[in-house]
Amino acid sequence: MSFAIPNFLPAAPEIVVLTMACVVLMVDLFIKKEQRFFTYLLSQATILLALLATLWVASDATELTFNNGYIRDSMGDWLKIFILIITATVFLYSRQYLKDRNIDKGEYYVLGLFAMLGMMIMVSAWNFLNLYLGLELMSLSLYAMVAFDRNSAKASEAAMKYFVLGAIASGMLLYGMSILYGLTGTLNIADVQQQLTTVPEGLDIAVVFGLVFMLVGIAFKLGAVPFHMWLPDVYHGAPTSVTLFIGSAPKIAAFAMVMRLLVSGLGPLHEHWQTMLIILAVLSIGIGNIVAIAQTNIKRMLAYSTISHVGFILLGILAGTKVGFASAMFYTIIYAFMSLGAFGLIVILSHKGFEAENLEDFKGLNDRSPWLAAMMLLILFSMAGVPPTVGFYAKLVVLQAIVNIDLVWLAVYAVLLSVIGAFYYLRVIKLMYFDKPDTQQYIKTSIDVSAVISVNGLLMLALGLFPGALMAICLAAMN
Amino acid sequence: MIPLTHFLILGAILFSLSVAGIFLNRKNLIVVLMSIELMLLSVNMNFIAFSHYRSDLAGQVFVFFILTVAAAEAAIGLAILVALFRNRQTINVQDLDELKG
Repeated sequence: MSFAIPNFLPAAPEIVVLTMACVVLMVDLFIKKEQRFFTYLLSQATILLALLATLWVASDATELTFNNGYIRDSMGDWLKIFILIITATVFLYSRQYLKDRNIDKGEYYVLGLFAMLGMMIMVSAWNFLNLYLGLELMSLSLYAMVAFDRNSAKASEAAMKYFVLGAIASGMLLYGMSILYGLTGTLNIADVQQQLTTVPEGLDIAVVFGLVFMLVGIAFKLGAVPFHMWLPDVYHGAPTSVTLFIGSAPKIAAFAMVMRLLVSGLGPLHEHWQTMLIILAVLSIGIGNIVAIAQTNIKRMLAYSTISHVGFILLGILAGTKVGFASAMFYTIIYAFMSLGAFGLIVILSHKGFEAENLEDFKGLNDRSPWLAAMMLLILFSMAGVPPTVGFYAKLVVLQAIVNIDLVWLAVYAVLLSVIGAFYYLRVIKLMYFDKPDTQQYIKTSIDVSAVISVNGLLMLALGLFPGALMAICLAAMN
Repeated sequence: MIPLTHFLILGAILFSLSVAGIFLNRKNLIVVLMSIELMLLSVNMNFIAFSHYRSDLAGQVFVFFILTVAAAEAAIGLAILVALFRNRQTINVQDLDELKG
């Protein structure tokens, strides 16, 4: 066997992030607590560099490298760009929050960068091993980030729950991978797909056995019912700046994982996993929307809302058509931005010694800060799917994809549950606009945070009015 | 020569034991961490058996990576456990009930 030097170029963004994350880790050791801003700037510079590298290597053609274990394609490029933008925004929103709680350690940014690297690897993985390593790099960094506030009992409990359930998910996924490896004799996703198109007689039950384990692992990571138990606890217990991160960018990576594993690798088994995804989607949309109504903690409420949104993403994927995948990608990206905005506002409203995590804390926000209230209004309308915000369009394209494959009952069910779900979003809006505030305390925001949250909120409106460009990107990515 | 099915059955038994260990255990978090390790080892058993049976090295390479990741995972798990114990003075699974709803 000879060793050929692989083409490193397609992996340039990952290489940049890996190198720079190590640099940030080292540099942070040598600077004083008061100069932590420098670590933050360096992390943002890393993301900017990675963004430039991604744009530099991006093209319409698909490239394989590292012994066909790594893929660079149009879908991967776009997902990476959104992951990078979202991570940069998360760092921006969290800085003041971390400072107020005296946890603005450099490790937050280093762990964030490594988690981001894991997501980028998941997006570009083209064999089971790389996918698993990317997933673990992301998960391990996130476990540590949840436990970041070492003196908080809630945070360490959330981290423990996240860790145990995340490890079970990885174990399930690996067990499924080992079965499929045994049946196909390869770890490469394209080869697995090729082998599975002609399954020998009698082995199809074994293939489905492997598929079930893999699907359970994926459902755990996505947070689909009945594998959602960790999600509300982790969202609630983690420091809000970490919830902000977990709730946004990893969803895009999880979507990429589903696309690579289920759609590319196990594509020939579509009829099998379609039924399983229907069950997961029905349960997620139902339980997510109904249980969210009973919540008084807004982080918990948004966690249940996440579960219902995951159901919608699964709807797009289970359609199994190009338009279906594109609509799921559209929904995932939009969801990541909505989640970023909603948790971002919770972070902004919190200040030293106070967490704006209960619904009551949003009372009369309009009197205290009309602009922030308007941004929250746009984001919540988008989550509920009220036109003209983009959430409406995202739901519409997913439902269209479902109706096109004659699953009308599923579309009707999703619409009905969304109407029920609109209640708890509108309740927050009612609290913001029609109730009197308990406090008149001035909400202090720095200029950069105000600017970005405004862009975040107005994006919901702008994309809702002109969704064509993003949808075209998603459709082109599926070729 | 031991047939492949024996290895697969052993792997499946270990996997079931670990899942049972996680879900039935109501007492000690350390047992949960041990079960998680056992789960990854049962997967390794599968990979090695298949790799040998198919004369394909990729499976054995995968096992090395799983072992490495398992070590990192155990380190993080124990670190979280220590943080939890410092904050709560208990590692009893049933006492982890502050977050619910």
